[in-house]
Amino acid sequence: MKNRPSLHRRSAWLAPLLAIGAAGTLSGCDMVVMNPAGDVARQQAHLILWSTALMLLIIVPVMVLTVLFAWKYRATNKDAEYAPNWDHSTGLELVIWAAPLMIIIALGALTWVSTHLLDPYRPLGRLAPDKPLAANDRPLEVQVVALDWKWLFIYPEQGIATVNELVLPMNRQVRFRMTSSSVMNTFWVPAMAGMIYTMPGMETKLHAVLDKPGRFEGRSGNYSGAGFSGMTFWTYSVDDQGFARWASQTRAAQARLTDATYLKLEQPSENVQPIRFGGVNGDLFRRITQMCVKPGTPCMSDVMSHDMAEPGSHAPVNDRPPVDAPKGALRKDADEKGAAPHLTAPRGPAEGSGERGAPSNRNMTRLEPAHRPGVAASAQG
Amino acid sequence: MSDTLLKTIFGRLTLESFPIHEPIILGTFIAVMLGGITLVGAITYFKLWKWLWTEWFTSVDHKKVGIMYMILGTVMLLRGFSDAIMMRAQQAMAFGANEGYLNAHHYDQVFTAHGVIMIFFVAMPFVTGIMNYVVPLQIGARDVSFPFLNNFSFWMTAAGAVIVMASLFVGEFARTGWLAMAPLSGLDYSPDVGVDYYVWALQIAGVGTLLSGVNLIATIVKMRAPGMTMFKMPIFTWSALVTNVLIVAAFPVLTAVLAMLSLDRYVGTHFFTNTGGGNPMMYVNMIWIWGHPEVYILILPLFGVFSEVTSTFSGKRLFGYTSMVYALLVICILAYLVWLHHFFTMGSGASVNSFFGITTMIISIPTGAKIFNWLFTMYKGRIRFELPMMWTVAFMLTFVIGGMTGVLLAVPPADFQLHNSLFLVAHFHNVIIGGVMFGAFAAINYWFPKAFGFKLDPWWGKVSFWSWVVGFWVAFTPLYVLGLMGVTRRLRHFDDPSLQIWFIIAAVGVVMIAVGIAAFLIQIFVSFRDRERLRDWTGDPWDGRSLEWATSSPPPAYNFAFTPVIHDLDAYYDMKTRNAGRPLTGFRDIHMPKNTGTGVILAGLSVAFGLSMIWYMWWLSALSFAGILAVSIFHTFNYDRDFHIHADEVARTEEERTRILANAAAGA
Repeated sequence: MKNRPSLHRRSAWLAPLLAIGAAGTLSGCDMVVMNPAGDVARQQAHLILWSTALMLLIIVPVMVLTVLFAWKYRATNKDAEYAPNWDHSTGLELVIWAAPLMIIIALGALTWVSTHLLDPYRPLGRLAPDKPLAANDRPLEVQVVALDWKWLFIYPEQGIATVNELVLPMNRQVRFRMTSSSVMNTFWVPAMAGMIYTMPGMETKLHAVLDKPGRFEGRSGNYSGAGFSGMTFWTYSVDDQGFARWASQTRAAQARLTDATYLKLEQPSENVQPIRFGGVNGDLFRRITQMCVKPGTPCMSDVMSHDMAEPGSHAPVNDRPPVDAPKGALRKDADEKGAAPHLTAPRGPAEGSGERGAPSNRNMTRLEPAHRPGVAASAQG
Repeated sequence: MSDTLLKTIFGRLTLESFPIHEPIILGTFIAVMLGGITLVGAITYFKLWKWLWTEWFTSVDHKKVGIMYMILGTVMLLRGFSDAIMMRAQQAMAFGANEGYLNAHHYDQVFTAHGVIMIFFVAMPFVTGIMNYVVPLQIGARDVSFPFLNNFSFWMTAAGAVIVMASLFVGEFARTGWLAMAPLSGLDYSPDVGVDYYVWALQIAGVGTLLSGVNLIATIVKMRAPGMTMFKMPIFTWSALVTNVLIVAAFPVLTAVLAMLSLDRYVGTHFFTNTGGGNPMMYVNMIWIWGHPEVYILILPLFGVFSEVTSTFSGKRLFGYTSMVYALLVICILAYLVWLHHFFTMGSGASVNSFFGITTMIISIPTGAKIFNWLFTMYKGRIRFELPMMWTVAFMLTFVIGGMTGVLLAVPPADFQLHNSLFLVAHFHNVIIGGVMFGAFAAINYWFPKAFGFKLDPWWGKVSFWSWVVGFWVAFTPLYVLGLMGVTRRLRHFDDPSLQIWFIIAAVGVVMIAVGIAAFLIQIFVSFRDRERLRDWTGDPWDGRSLEWATSSPPPAYNFAFTPVIHDLDAYYDMKTRNAGRPLTGFRDIHMPKNTGTGVILAGLSVAFGLSMIWYMWWLSALSFAGILAVSIFHTFNYDRDFHIHADEVARTEEERTRILANAAAGA
C-alpha cells in the first residue's frame, strides 16, 4: 500500500492540494479508488472517507468497550462488581438506540444529498470544486457497447470508433451512453467514476470527467462469461490538442465499422487488442440498443409503433420478436437434444465456432492491432 | 443402437460428459471413490447399516435430524472450502504470462460452486440444524410439530447437496456466479447442463428449507410449555421464529424465480431473455427480493446463539431482552425493504437509490442496539472465557467492521465505486464468516455437550479458534485493499504485477483457515476418543439458564418426562434458584412419532427426477415424478405412525438419571 491511510484521512480536507501532489504517484498499484483522477470519483472517495469517519464515531467505542468489559469482568477478577440480575436500564436503552440513530440520521442526510448530486444520469455541475460548469455545457458523447468480451467505444461527433481503447480529452465533461450486445456488464474506470451496468436492449448513462493526464485501467465489474477477465481497456486522458490529433489519426484508419464489421466483431472473443475504426455508421448505436443490427430484425421502436397502431393495444416495454431463440428443452426432439460434453474435453475444432452464443467458441479476434493513441509521450503511463 | 434411441434413453449424456481428461477432477473422483468405498466397507464390516437406517436415516427425532444437518453442513464445508483454496491459489499465481492452473471454464465453475455450496449447503444446514436441535428443547416440547416433515426436509436438503456434488463428476456446474443472473443463465448464453444443475439442486433443497421453516414456526407458536408466553421465550427461540418467518416469506420468491428461469430453459418462454418480451432486470430484482432476507435468515439465528452464550458465560440475565426482541422484529420487516441496494449501479433514479440506501442504514440501528445489549450483558458479569464465549467476543470485534463496511456500501455513490469489487467480497465474508461461521462454532461448542454428553476438547478448540480468527483477517484484509485498488471479483487472471503480493497474503490466510478447519475436525475426533475425560453427567455443563439444560445429556427421546411449567424467562436458572426438584414418580406413557423411511425414498426419487431433467432423460423424469406422487399418496395411508413409550420405561430412564446425578453430586 503506497498510500498510507492517514494520507487518505487528511485528503478529505486537503483534497485539492494533495490530489495534485498525489498525481505523480498514480499507477496501477495505487488505491485508485481513494486517489482518482476525476472530480466525480474524487467526490465518491471523499464520501467513502466521511461515511467511514462518521461510523467510526460509534464503531471505535464499541470495540474499545468490548475489549474493556471482556477484560474487566473476567471471571478471575473477583474485584469487579457482579450484578447477576441487572438486566434493564431505561436510560442506557435510550442511549443505545439513540446513538446509532443519530449517526444514521447524519449519514442518511449525507446519502440523500450525495446520491442526487452524484447521480450518474445528471449532467455535471462542475469540473472541479472551483470550476463550475454552465448548464448548457455540451459534453463529449461516447457511446459504449459491452461486447463478448471487449468494449466498443463510438465517438459520434468524431465519426470514429475504437475497441478496448478509450481516449478522453482532459477537463471536458463526457456523457457515456451505454448498452450491451449480449449479457450484463458494468462499465468501470475507477479513476474516473463509479460503475454503471450495461444491459442488452437498454441504454444507461454516465457523466464524468478526467482532470489529470495519464493512462487508467478500465474493466467490467460484472461477470459476463469465459472471457470476462480479459475484458479490460486502457483509458487515456489527454489534452485537447492531443485528442484532436488522435481523432484525426484514427479517422485515417482503413477499417470502417459497418454493420457487417460489427456483426463480426460482436462474436465472442477474448483478450482483444485495441482496434481503431476510421468511420462508423451514425445510426449503429441506436440499432445496437434496439438489437436490430442483424439484417431482417425489426427494431423495437418500429415494433412498438406498429403495436400502438393496433386499436386498443398497449405498447409493451420490450416486444422484440425472438430472433434465433433456442427451443426450450422439452420441445426438442430426441435428435435435437445435442450432447453436453465436458467443456474442457480435448476434441477437434470447437463445436459451433463462429456461431453466436456457442459455449465453446474460443475464437480470438486479432483485427488490426493499434499502438498507443496520438498523445505526447510524457502522458503515456 | 440408433442415435435417436440413445438420445431418448440418455438424453444429452454421452461418454464425453465425464471429465476423465481433467487430472484435478479425476484425482478428486478417485479420492472420493476410495473414501466412499472405505466408508461403505467399514459400515458393512461393522454391520452398521441397519443401525444407521433405523436409528438415523429414518429417524423423525428432531435431535437426530438436527445432528444430521450439522454433519451435512460440515461435509459440504470441506467441499466449499476446497473451492476457496482453488480460487486463492489461482488468483495468487495467475499474473502476466502465467495463466494459472485453471482455465476459465473450470475457474468459473469453482467460484459459482463455492458461493452456492457455502450459502445453501453449509450455512443453511448449520442454522437449520442448530434450530432443529435446540428449539424444541428450549420450549419444553417433545419434538417439532410435524416430525415426519422434518425428516423429509432434511433429506430434500441432502438431495440438493447430492445433485451439486454430482455435477463435479458428471458434466459440470453453472458458470454464472452464485445467483445465476439472467440473461447469462438463459439458454442463449448457458445452453449446457451447468445452470440446470444449479436450478434443480436449489429447487429440491428449497422444498426442504421451506417445509422446515413452516415446521419450526408451527412448533414455536403451538408447542411451548405452559407458562412460556411469547415474552418468556428464550431469545434464541425468538430469533428462530423470526428467521423461519423470513424463510416462509422469502423462499417462495426464489422458487418462483427459478421456476421461471427453468420455464425459459425448458419450455422456451421469455421471462428473462433479451428478446420476446423478456426482462433480465426482473430476474435481478426477484432474486434479490429473496436474497436479501436470506442474509438475515443466515445471521439472525446466530444472533440468538450469541445472546444465549453471552448471558450464560457472563452468569447474568440478558440485558435488554425486550429491546432485543423488538430489534429482531424490526430487522425482520426491514429485510424486505432493502433488496435494491444490491444493484444501485443498474441506473435507478437518485431518489429510488437514496430510499434503499437509507432503509439499509436503518437496519444498522437495531443491529447496533443488539451489539450494545451483548456489551451490557457482559457488563458487571462474571465472564468465563470458554470456547463459545471466545467465539462470541471474536464475533463482536469482527462483525462490527463488516457492519461498517456494509453501511458504507449502502451509500449509493460510494457503492458505485465499491460494487462488485473485492471490497464487496471482503465485506460479505466479513459478516458471513465473522457472523455465521463464528456463530456456528460458538453454537457447536456450546450445545455439543447437550447432544453427546461430553464437552469438546478445549485445546484443539482453541487451535481452531485462533487459526480461524487470525486466518480470516489475513485472508480478507487484502481483499479490502484490493477493492480500493479497483480490482473486481471473479477475475481469473491479472496483468498488474503489483497486485500479486496481496493475493499471496490472502492465500496465506486461507491456509490458516484450513488449519482451523482441520483443528475443528481433530477436536471432534479427540473429543470422541477422550469422551470419558470430557464427560458431563449433570446435563448442565455451563451453568445454563434455559430449559434445554434441565434435561439429561444427551436428552432421552422424549426430551422431558413431564412437560415443565415456566415461570421466568431464564426458566432453568429460575428452577435452580428455587431448588425445584425433578419429579421422581407418577410417570405416564409418552406418545411419540414413529420413524419412517418415506423421507429418504422421496428424496431419492427427487434426485433421480432432478438428474433426469438436467440430462433431458424425459422417461426417467416422468417415472420418478410419478414415483414421488405415488409414494406421497401411499404415505398418507400409513396409519401406523405413532407409538407409546411405556411409563415403566420412562421411570427406568429417569431413575438412572437420578442415580447419575447423585453420583455426580457426590463426586463433586
